[in-house]
Amino acid sequence: MAEPILEITGLRKSFGALKATDDVSLDLRPGEIHGLIGPNGAGKSTLIKQIAGEITPDAGEVRLRGRSLSGIDAAGRARLGMARSFQVSSVAPEFTVLQNVVLSAQGASGATFRFFRPVMRDAGLLATAHDCIARAGLSGRETVPAAELAHGERRKLEIAMALALKPALFLLDEPMAGMGTEGARALGDLLDGLRHRAPILLVEHDMDAVFRLSDRVSVLVYGRIIATGTPEEIRADAEVQRVYLGEEA
Amino acid sequence: MSAAEIPAPRARRAAPSRETLVNAGLGLALLVFGIGAWLLDEPFLITLATKVAILAIAGAGLNLVLGYGGLVSFGHAAYFGIGGYTSGILAHHALNYTPMFEWPFLFEGSTSMPLIWLFAMVLGGLAALAIGALSLRTTGVYFIMITLAFGQMIFYFAISWPAYGGEDGLPIYVRNGFPGLNTLDPIQFFALAVAVLFAVLGLISMLAHSRFGLALQAARQNRQRLMAVGIRPGGVLLVAFVISGAITALAGALYADLNRFVSPSMLSWHLSGELLVFLILGGTGRLFAPLAGAGLYITLEHVLGGVSDYWQFYFGLLLLGVVLFARGGVIGFLTGGRHG
Repeated sequence: MAEPILEITGLRKSFGALKATDDVSLDLRPGEIHGLIGPNGAGKSTLIKQIAGEITPDAGEVRLRGRSLSGIDAAGRARLGMARSFQVSSVAPEFTVLQNVVLSAQGASGATFRFFRPVMRDAGLLATAHDCIARAGLSGRETVPAAELAHGERRKLEIAMALALKPALFLLDEPMAGMGTEGARALGDLLDGLRHRAPILLVEHDMDAVFRLSDRVSVLVYGRIIATGTPEEIRADAEVQRVYLGEEA
Repeated sequence: MSAAEIPAPRARRAAPSRETLVNAGLGLALLVFGIGAWLLDEPFLITLATKVAILAIAGAGLNLVLGYGGLVSFGHAAYFGIGGYTSGILAHHALNYTPMFEWPFLFEGSTSMPLIWLFAMVLGGLAALAIGALSLRTTGVYFIMITLAFGQMIFYFAISWPAYGGEDGLPIYVRNGFPGLNTLDPIQFFALAVAVLFAVLGLISMLAHSRFGLALQAARQNRQRLMAVGIRPGGVLLVAFVISGAITALAGALYADLNRFVSPSMLSWHLSGELLVFLILGGTGRLFAPLAGAGLYITLEHVLGGVSDYWQFYFGLLLLGVVLFARGGVIGFLTGGRHG
């Protein structure tokens, strides 16, 4: 089996008496979409934030391609190829689509303290940006300010920005939240094609999408992973049905 | 798409050509006013125009952090005053033939503007580095308060330091010189101030369009996103703060020479507030906002001040109007840009 890209072992995080992350271990292998599901308050976002380096775990370790990420902040992890999207779309609203993606390409290049040449005439950054915008399906919208994009388009913009980071993996926090059926399906197809560029850890509420897209699914309940397996195995798991899927049925 | 077709980055979606026209108009208005006053032999009005140019430089320094970086610094008088005192102290030693220091080498002070400007910018930048490094740990209202506190610290230091005049300030008997110019001639000093203003605005435009500027403007809009693309906002904002402090100190050095006098009032929080008012009036984040704002402020001070001793009351009403109804300021209003 191929070496995992991302490896999480024994991760713990408590807020007072609340165990938000309780001994979580999971991995992300090349070419896969790993779905992470769980009821509200299960600790999905807290887990994502620890992986991204936005909050520090109490114990445990996150490894990227075998390298420990302890002590590396969110910016450092992004530069190592951890491309993240947010539960609530997070872009620079006054920038155009193109400026947002150029910013991301600039971040990946690691050269921000350059004061003289106009960034929007930087052929290298522009080529990357246009390529990523096209892949995300936003061609023709380059000059539109991000604030004026439709909700689904802003989701695509986040994907384009993630692509421009030359990602080692994608960390997508509910990318389909708030999208209509049609939009969610289109975005699902987009993600389906992305897994071959870099594996995706997909946190998602939309069950149909998770089971359709994922190679493996992990179920998080009260900070613990109660099951990991193929979509079929998870559907058949009695424990999962009891605490999670059963509640919805 | 070729590079030529790609629009230049801008923070606001104002029509670019129109803002450029407004900017050119503002620059021209300043020149015409100054030269007109010279032709009419009105040295007082030339001095007024020079004051506008110099205050606009200080405002431009603040605009870099406030308009582009989104940092509301309420202590920029500190850098303005540091620039002013640099000019005053260097000239004081040179004119009184009392060396500033004799070790490790003899330094007698200076009356040469280029050298004074260099000192002012370095000292202003260093002060901004120290104050910024501490202040940038906070955000929002706390940032406003801590920059104000540092500004006040320097203000009270100047008041209680008798060597350079303390509360009474420090006169500069003869305006410092610039190679090839007679700076005592009002129109020549005006030309010098305008040249520095345009150079500073050119520098800020260049910075705003660079990689650094893109990251700086992103820091204003969404620091979380900037982190997520691998850029730490803190470093970007601190560099902007240092450049800003240096530019504002340069303006302070010129201002001291304009008045041939430095006093702690240059360091007072009123001045920090005035600089903020220039930007709000002119249109925060617009390149020429400091010129529009300073021009309008000085004009109103002069005109309304002639009508009523309580001119600031009427000025307050105007400011209220701008904040409520024209948030893009004068430039936003003239370009018909979106409210910021």
